[in-house]
Amino acid sequence: MLNIVAAESASSRPLTITLFLIFVAITLAITIWASRQTKTATDFYAGGRQFTGFQNGLAIGGDYMSAASFLGIAGLIALYGYDGFLYSIGFLVAWLVALLLVAEFLRNSGRYTMADVLAFRMRQRPVRTAASVSTIVVSIFYLIAQMVGAGALVSLLLGIKPGATFLGMDADTAKVATIILVGALMIVYVVVGGMKGTTYVQIVKAFLLMTGALVMTILVLAHYKFNLSTLLGDAAAQSGKGEAFLEPGLRYGVESASGSATFYSKMDLLSLGIALVLGTAGLPHILTRFYTVPTARVARKSVLWAIGIIGTFYLFTLALGFGAAALVGGKAITAQDKAGNTAAPQLAQALGIDYLGGATGGAVLLAIIAAVAFATILAVVAGLTLASSSSVAHDFYASVIKRGNAGERDEVRVARISAFVIGAVAIVLSIFAQSLNVAFLVALAFAVAASANLPAIIYSLFWRRFNTSGALWSIYGGLIAAVVLVFFSPVVSGSPTAMFPDSDWHFFPLNNPGIISIPIGFLCGWIGTVISKETDPEKYAELEVRSLTGHGAH
Amino acid sequence: MTTEATSSEKYLEVQRSAEFAGLRRKLRNFVFPMTIAFFLWYALYVLLSAYARGFMSVKIVGHINIALLFGLLQFVTTFLIAWYYSRYAAKELDPTADKIKAELDEAAH
Repeated sequence: MLNIVAAESASSRPLTITLFLIFVAITLAITIWASRQTKTATDFYAGGRQFTGFQNGLAIGGDYMSAASFLGIAGLIALYGYDGFLYSIGFLVAWLVALLLVAEFLRNSGRYTMADVLAFRMRQRPVRTAASVSTIVVSIFYLIAQMVGAGALVSLLLGIKPGATFLGMDADTAKVATIILVGALMIVYVVVGGMKGTTYVQIVKAFLLMTGALVMTILVLAHYKFNLSTLLGDAAAQSGKGEAFLEPGLRYGVESASGSATFYSKMDLLSLGIALVLGTAGLPHILTRFYTVPTARVARKSVLWAIGIIGTFYLFTLALGFGAAALVGGKAITAQDKAGNTAAPQLAQALGIDYLGGATGGAVLLAIIAAVAFATILAVVAGLTLASSSSVAHDFYASVIKRGNAGERDEVRVARISAFVIGAVAIVLSIFAQSLNVAFLVALAFAVAASANLPAIIYSLFWRRFNTSGALWSIYGGLIAAVVLVFFSPVVSGSPTAMFPDSDWHFFPLNNPGIISIPIGFLCGWIGTVISKETDPEKYAELEVRSLTGHGAH
Repeated sequence: MTTEATSSEKYLEVQRSAEFAGLRRKLRNFVFPMTIAFFLWYALYVLLSAYARGFMSVKIVGHINIALLFGLLQFVTTFLIAWYYSRYAAKELDPTADKIKAELDEAAH
């Protein structure tokens, strides 16, 4: 086992900050350049639809590989072994839903937002309102989780301990300052750079993240002479859990003496698994990515690239997680962060000490990976802000309030204002939520996307009979089911790790609502459809012909 | 764009055409069964992780067990399905889609 000096991160602090400032300077320069190229609504919402498949594939990876997957999954594997890998698999397989059922048809028939497809053959105002509500709910949940995570991470990565100060700030002040800084930067990226600027930020981030993860993976494997089995054996031995560390069951579907606890724990595992796979293709910030390319065929290519990039990345996380378990050790990781979020940076430090010559080498590699982690968070929150502000402006303002009579400039102006407002609201909510355990919000965002958005998208594209009532029922039904079940679940109250650990109003036994709320979303969509007589075969003919052939695509 | 110039009768006519029906059939006959297949395959993996712990922990080589292999196989099948779809689409779907699109674009002018 390598010699770990976890508290040493203070020595890498100036380098971390320098690298982060370089990233910010480069991305701001790109943003300003992009703003000069942003003249029309298509430029602002869809980056001018000029990106190549490879560029958009990287940007999809940038939007998708959040700090939760980079730091979170590596940390989960480092602490719980095999079970962390379940996340990676669900997150990857999910892309087949996007590839086979959504990406190309959405690109062909929509313009800027998810609602363009949902409202295509429906009454515009109610459907766009519903789509806008669910877009904002998903994006805000995801945003708060990312921003609170950023606040917690920065004090860890910069090594600010409780009681210590940095630039005159203690750990708590530094957290708030980070949330405000991250929020301010994301607002600037979106308001100034629009989709063009945001996409380039994603590309730069994806490139940095992939490079960083690749280098660390090679170093970990080299340490074990490229023998995966030796790495796994060492990880299992260091974990103190033996071979169980390499098997499912330490984190999810835990078997305990209580029969009902075991049953619910296993149901929770299934529920999480389903939500991960069905949620991705309903995430608004992912869906809007398909509009940034010229044709549906390029959208297909970009998903293929994304699958390759994201799949490779999750294979890296396997090496990073088990590497951290073996070379850093669970004890050293939980000493820094109970949730294991610092496993990857700590591993970087260990590898630096091993390969780059002592403490300085460790500080350098730690600084690089910490800066990559900041870049990761910044890029993801920018994507989320853009998707929700686009929906407010294009769906709610232009179609609902102005009834389709808003000018292009007017619409983009409202989108910029919305980005500012949504960003500000997210900053305030995140500051209030920072002392609460909000890690479940990412899983909840996936559950809402899978329960509310995916049924509506699938029915819209493939079911002739689907109508306004069905769309409203599926969106609101799935949304309410997911949110209500989570509100009454052990992640919000009634357990030591809950958002409100001191209260207990929970009656739903699962942490993840998907296994109930996703069928409810699909069922509601069906019920809502059959109880309404509305049907528009002409509009469906247009949608079907356009979505399959690309005729009349924007 | 050409949409405004294309009447809803035209869309209905295309939708009813044998050529479009063939395109739709080829698409649906691929994506629906494939979606069900990969979903079941993935569900099998999650179910085994939850309920067949003994089976999943069987070692194959060194410390590499069935659970890890099964997980890696999910990666392999995801890559293969993506590759197979892109090949199928390029060969079976794109030429027909292009032809129908060209006819519609032509008619709109």
